[in-house]
Amino acid sequence: MEFLAAPLRDEAVRHSFAAVLALALAAGPVGVFLMLRRMSLVGDAMAHAILPGVALGFLAAGLSVFAMTVGGVIAGVVIALLAGAVSRATELQEDASLAVFLLVSLAFGVVIVTANGMDIEKLMEFLFGETAAAMNAEKLVVIAVNSTVSILVLALIWRPLVVDCVDPTFLRTVSRAGGVAHLAFLMVLVLNLVSGFHAFGTLLGVGIIIIPAAAARFWTRDVTTLVVLASAAALIAGWAGLFVSFYADVPSGPAVTLTTGVFYLVSLLFGPVGGLLPRAWPRRHLEA
Amino acid sequence: MTAQLLFRDLTLGYDRHPAVHHLDGTVTAGSLLAVVGPNGAGKSTLFKGIVGALKPLSGSLEFAGVAPRDIAYLPQVAEIDRSFPITVYDMVAMGLWKQAGLFGGIGGSERATIERALSSVGLTGFEQRAIGTLSGGQMQRMLFARLLLQNARVIVLDEPFNAIDTKTVGDLLDVVRRWHSEQRTVIAAIHDLDLVKANFPQTLLLAREPVAWGETGAVLTGANLLRARQMCEAFDEQAQECVVPEAV
Repeated sequence: MEFLAAPLRDEAVRHSFAAVLALALAAGPVGVFLMLRRMSLVGDAMAHAILPGVALGFLAAGLSVFAMTVGGVIAGVVIALLAGAVSRATELQEDASLAVFLLVSLAFGVVIVTANGMDIEKLMEFLFGETAAAMNAEKLVVIAVNSTVSILVLALIWRPLVVDCVDPTFLRTVSRAGGVAHLAFLMVLVLNLVSGFHAFGTLLGVGIIIIPAAAARFWTRDVTTLVVLASAAALIAGWAGLFVSFYADVPSGPAVTLTTGVFYLVSLLFGPVGGLLPRAWPRRHLEA
Repeated sequence: MTAQLLFRDLTLGYDRHPAVHHLDGTVTAGSLLAVVGPNGAGKSTLFKGIVGALKPLSGSLEFAGVAPRDIAYLPQVAEIDRSFPITVYDMVAMGLWKQAGLFGGIGGSERATIERALSSVGLTGFEQRAIGTLSGGQMQRMLFARLLLQNARVIVLDEPFNAIDTKTVGDLLDVVRRWHSEQRTVIAAIHDLDLVKANFPQTLLLAREPVAWGETGAVLTGANLLRARQMCEAFDEQAQECVVPEAV
């Protein structure tokens, strides 16, 4: 018990545990819809794309959580809309234009912060999250607000979001909500990417969004169950990762990404829906 | 007979090339109209125009007394993500969108309607199946059940019977006949001319230009079908702008 209780005596670490709870609740559904819309890599690319915004926030107001959040949200929204617009207006596919945006904005962000006096240690924290599962109270507030907004918005757009994934043509003939739902979903995605950045740094913050959803897919064929499983996996793996980060004294980003990776590996091996072992040793087929 | 859909010198197409060229005519309310023509004749293009997915290059398309939401559409190649984790029941329930909208609940009477629709297309017992496990024919039955729930006044079916066995075609034709008896307007693209002659009173023979439109027997003559077959499918990259002499 002491093993579990020791980290929680530190207030900064308690903040991290609370933040992972909030983040996991929103990250589950966001990750599931990213996966079902085949946008997991888009999410990954956009996570890096918020760095210049965060960097400009840093430039304007120093290490102010609020300024960096606003900068990150603005950059994320701009990149999402730009990538969509570029792929619609030109022959370049959306994935190619996103890859370009991702690389250029990541480089741009690193240049901005290092050219303006950020030391390498702080930059590492930017990229990979804070060491030993620490987190300040302001970040926790931002993450909690982002998660609350995300869950409310997702509840509002749930139906068009699902129908738009399965049968976009049908949705277009019965309703104009599809476009609005897609935009709202992108906004929610950006909020969660900023949360992920605050918790785990810009390079790995998106891991807790994408990996639990991918793992959950091996256990169920139902959207609602997928969302519940993804959130549960994000929470448990996230907390486990914080313990790793605390005891091994490593940044929280890689620690949590690795623990979610373990969840994915176990699901890949044992998951009843397309897992490797159930495939290798299938049960006898049924009569009818 | 009241006109429900009016095409006035309608030209639809892609990149300024016409796929449906100078179509004039009206579809009366409650009619059962087959659209016949070779591949590339513009049938799907016409349907996309009717459901508003494609803007006319010139001319116009008017509705008399029907709103766009009164039109149900079954595309030829449905962009359905068959790997999406959703059941047949939920997929069919989407047909209630007009009543339920974004937040409306599905209550007891709605559930009974869904069950009835599933049973009219012979899919009772398939409720909890994932859509990815359905055969082509079962998929089409499911989409017809959803069309039933949409309760639309105009139903547009793009090649609904392609690659479907005769029993399924028969069952789905029963549904079409039921819509016709309920005074709904049904417009369907069909390749099987015998099926058209047996079931559709009206036919539009299309080969980019309208070749003939009227009573099925008068439209599907040897001479008309030959003219339709002679249509050139390829767009002419060097085509000049199409100028129609002003009517005096």
